[in-house]
Amino acid sequence: MVYLTRKCEFSASHYYHNPEFTAEENRRIFGKCANLNGHGHNYTLEVTVKGEADPQTGFVVDLKELKDILNREVIDVFDHRHLNKEVPEFAQQIPTTENLAIAIWNRLEKHLTLARLHRVRVYELPDLFVDFYGEP
Amino acid sequence: MKVHLTRRYLFSASHRLHCDALSEEANRTVYGKCNNPHGHGHNYALEVTVSGQVNSNTGMVCDLVELDEAVHGEVLGRFDHMNLNVLEEFSRAVPTTENLSAIIFEILKQNFGAAHLEKVRLEETAMNSFEYCGT
Repeated sequence: MVYLTRKCEFSASHYYHNPEFTAEENRRIFGKCANLNGHGHNYTLEVTVKGEADPQTGFVVDLKELKDILNREVIDVFDHRHLNKEVPEFAQQIPTTENLAIAIWNRLEKHLTLARLHRVRVYELPDLFVDFYGEP
Repeated sequence: MKVHLTRRYLFSASHRLHCDALSEEANRTVYGKCNNPHGHGHNYALEVTVSGQVNSNTGMVCDLVELDEAVHGEVLGRFDHMNLNVLEEFSRAVPTTENLSAIIFEILKQNFGAAHLEKVRLEETAMNSFEYCGT
């Protein structure tokens, strides 16, 4: 079994707000992230796939195909967007880094055929990242 | 959905690796430059990984402010800009990064309960890092 990780970056804005919370609760729970004018991050995404190296090509996955899937399913959808307002997953859900990692997993998993998705790691900042392994 | 969240912190400390049970010569052989009697220091990078279900109301595994408070109050406050050898935690243990990572794990386990503590990863230099998961 070989693990291969592909890295890419996107920049997006968001805010944290739960309409079921009072304004005071939103401020207390989400702090500066509750500012409804939003703020942004440069996100770094690391996608790790796993599989056996193909005996003929020596590849675990066709990197060109993986890059195309990442661009289509993640970069084109998230990069230079407002996550709350422009990404369907976050119409009802708060775009925390936790939920972002899960949403990216769900977007990628169904398109990977040869290799299996192992981990989605999303850096919101160099000192803060979330890993999702598809665990329930 | 269970996710893992990792937060990175920096602190600086000095230490000397020396085991009283070994001879002077054996200490020099085992610990090399780290046995220098005057000590030396590092900029440590600490990564704390916690895990749990994403709260459906907040979208979060835990309140980051609580995690920061626990790490700043119980770990950085205790070790940053200190000589590790003179601390109670190392009165009977050599302040290697192996021991330091295990001690930090146990401190956080006692002082942070908002999510499951998965792992402590400690970089002593950019070349050396140590991980402790509590087992």
